[in-house]
Amino acid sequence: MNDTRRVYLDHAATTPMTDVAVEALTTQLREVGNASSLHAAGRRARRIVEESRETIAQALGCRPGEVVYTSGGTEADNLALKGLFWSRRAESPRRTRILASAVEHHAVLDPLLWLEEHEQAEVELVAVDGAGRLDVDALRAAVERDPDTVALITVMWANNEVGTLQPVADVVALAAEHGIPVHSDAVQAIGAVPVDFATSGVDALAVSGHKVGGPQGVGALVVRREVSLTPLLHGGGQERDVRSGTLDVPAIAGFAAAVEEAVKHQAEHAARLTVLRDRLVDTVLVEVPDAVLNGPDGADGNRLPGNAHLSFPGCEGDSLLMLLDARGIECSTGSACSAGVPQPSHVLLAMGRSEEEARSSLRFSLGHTSTETDVDALAAAIGACVERARAARA
Amino acid sequence: MKVVAAMSGGVDSAVAAARAVEAGHEVTGIHLALSRNPQSYRTGARGCCTIEDANDARRAADVIGIPFYVWDLSDRFHTDVVEDFMDTYAAGQTPNPCLRCNEKIKFAAVLDRALALGFDAVATGHYATVVESGGDIELHRAVDGAKDQSYVLGVLDDRQLRHSLFPLGDTTKDRVREEAARRGLLVADKPDSHDICFVADGDNVGWLKEKLGDRAPNHGGEIRDDATGDVLGRHDGTYGFTIGQRRGLRLGRPAPDGRPRYVLDIEPVSGTVTVGPRERLAVDRIEGDRLRWCGASLPAGTVLDGDAVTVQLRAHGAEHRARVAVGDDTLDVELLDHADGIAPGQAVVVYDGTRVIGSATITRSRRVAAVGAPGVGGVGG
Repeated sequence: MNDTRRVYLDHAATTPMTDVAVEALTTQLREVGNASSLHAAGRRARRIVEESRETIAQALGCRPGEVVYTSGGTEADNLALKGLFWSRRAESPRRTRILASAVEHHAVLDPLLWLEEHEQAEVELVAVDGAGRLDVDALRAAVERDPDTVALITVMWANNEVGTLQPVADVVALAAEHGIPVHSDAVQAIGAVPVDFATSGVDALAVSGHKVGGPQGVGALVVRREVSLTPLLHGGGQERDVRSGTLDVPAIAGFAAAVEEAVKHQAEHAARLTVLRDRLVDTVLVEVPDAVLNGPDGADGNRLPGNAHLSFPGCEGDSLLMLLDARGIECSTGSACSAGVPQPSHVLLAMGRSEEEARSSLRFSLGHTSTETDVDALAAAIGACVERARAARA
Repeated sequence: MKVVAAMSGGVDSAVAAARAVEAGHEVTGIHLALSRNPQSYRTGARGCCTIEDANDARRAADVIGIPFYVWDLSDRFHTDVVEDFMDTYAAGQTPNPCLRCNEKIKFAAVLDRALALGFDAVATGHYATVVESGGDIELHRAVDGAKDQSYVLGVLDDRQLRHSLFPLGDTTKDRVREEAARRGLLVADKPDSHDICFVADGDNVGWLKEKLGDRAPNHGGEIRDDATGDVLGRHDGTYGFTIGQRRGLRLGRPAPDGRPRYVLDIEPVSGTVTVGPRERLAVDRIEGDRLRWCGASLPAGTVLDGDAVTVQLRAHGAEHRARVAVGDDTLDVELLDHADGIAPGQAVVVYDGTRVIGSATITRSRRVAAVGAPGVGGVGG
């Protein structure tokens, strides 16, 4: 393997830390102080934590007190879903239904399945169209069948596999008619598209550090002050009594620096990635004319700027991934692995694709370090790899 | 060469992969996901289909310094190995799934995929030796007789052997474990797997009962005495029995002479299981079909009767001197040394000295005529 020139096209999995985030994080690594301590070192650490909270709040359009630090997007989703479900059901035992889009990330789907299995929740997955966009009419029908029994609605801001932006505003408007809280997993959206918590009207929003150029292992749940959440982690009650555990000061500092930078440069970043992404799709389609772009057409602005998700008929996605990896090009099959075994993507299946189509897909995702050279390297390699992968299927 | 190393998560395949690297090959580690619902952890010495095994394989690949991927062959494995296993039991026979897996998965599905993807060979941790001799390819026993696995490779044909590497054939298991420890592989002292990998808890009968249930013709039936024809008991399904089995017959009534009874025959249509004394297990002739040549093939009509010709009838079983007549896709084997408890469905693998000539799946066996018993011996299967 030649590691000198790797082409990294998997920024949706994780993106390199930005210089400002590395600087903010490493500066704190040399300091001592528990943010809960009362002495000077503790106060210093607390100050970093609170300044970071204010920075994040400023960037995301929320109040500082609405930022609850977590270990990442998955914990934020778990806290929102379980916490909201338990609180809402405690207020009224009839509230047992949870409505979700059929294309949610496993960090949302799995807690919902757990609630169904252990807490008598009734989870209803609402259909999406062929581009992976939630069918708002179907959601309306599901709500109006019996609005009083809906504990919460959860719809992701942008899909992690095919990049579809979801109609969050429509969902919020619908939920508001019945006073139902809305959670949105915005892990892929921050820094890629405009996200403003207050304007959006959602009650809870999950954010992850390492998707925006911050460190792994840190994230936040932005949650309205009025919303009551049942805690998952009990201990010192550090975060609003909703989340316990000593705060990771360096990670939080890096996280805040990354969010601030990502949001500040969102528009120009998105414009640059859109051009690169279109070039990627166009050049791959020249090399492999029967490849199919999955998800929405990029032109109408309903897609994450850095996302290209393509099916290569007659190929196994994991064969292609391996062949590209051997040529130094790193991408993803886009779907979650169970025991290292790629399962056909529930997102593609929900979009009406066959298992075979789902298994023949790859996700290429661009980020702040991506260049035309990366895209051109993919275009140069993809034809031969597809030919090989097809032979392996024959 | 560009080599795919099939890594189960065990010590043998890890050392085999490391040796392939050292031999100068460009090696990529592959773990085969064979189970549709993998268990999280190994329990005892079971198979190689857990998530923990996949992680062990990944860590071994890290230490060796090779790329690593998981290939999902669970659908092929289910069709070609698990269903074959169930069908064979349902027919009152005793399958060997490891052999089938080598024939259909490791050296077929995996090999074909590897060749198509631009690799030249598949390396595994099997204990066997491939020798090239005057342009011909030969499969031989490993030097470690106790670990020799040439029996379960007796289904590989010339083309499969030409694309196979068995880097452990010249080494004993003890040395392989020492070498693994020396190389810093954490699996150095991991227990060997013995059981059927897809039966998670090792309870074959329970597994078969659940999968086969009352699937005809594998229903319950009578247990009869071979000599008297008396009904000694009843059973729930023939899958609970294999020829030569002594335990688990649950016959309330002991034999009149007090000697243990063994399963002599399983009749799949009626479900009758015949039992009798140990000496009635002796077999002196075997027929097999699904002939496979390991390397060069021999024409129908050939008779192998050299001094060094032997057959092996089960994994790690004894060698029996034999005279082997080749038919059209069949073998007719006369055993010069009688064998006990031969189960249809198992393989008869033919050797000339250490070399594997070929194999067939046992269809029938002829029991040696009992001294003093009326008529000739029964024909099992």
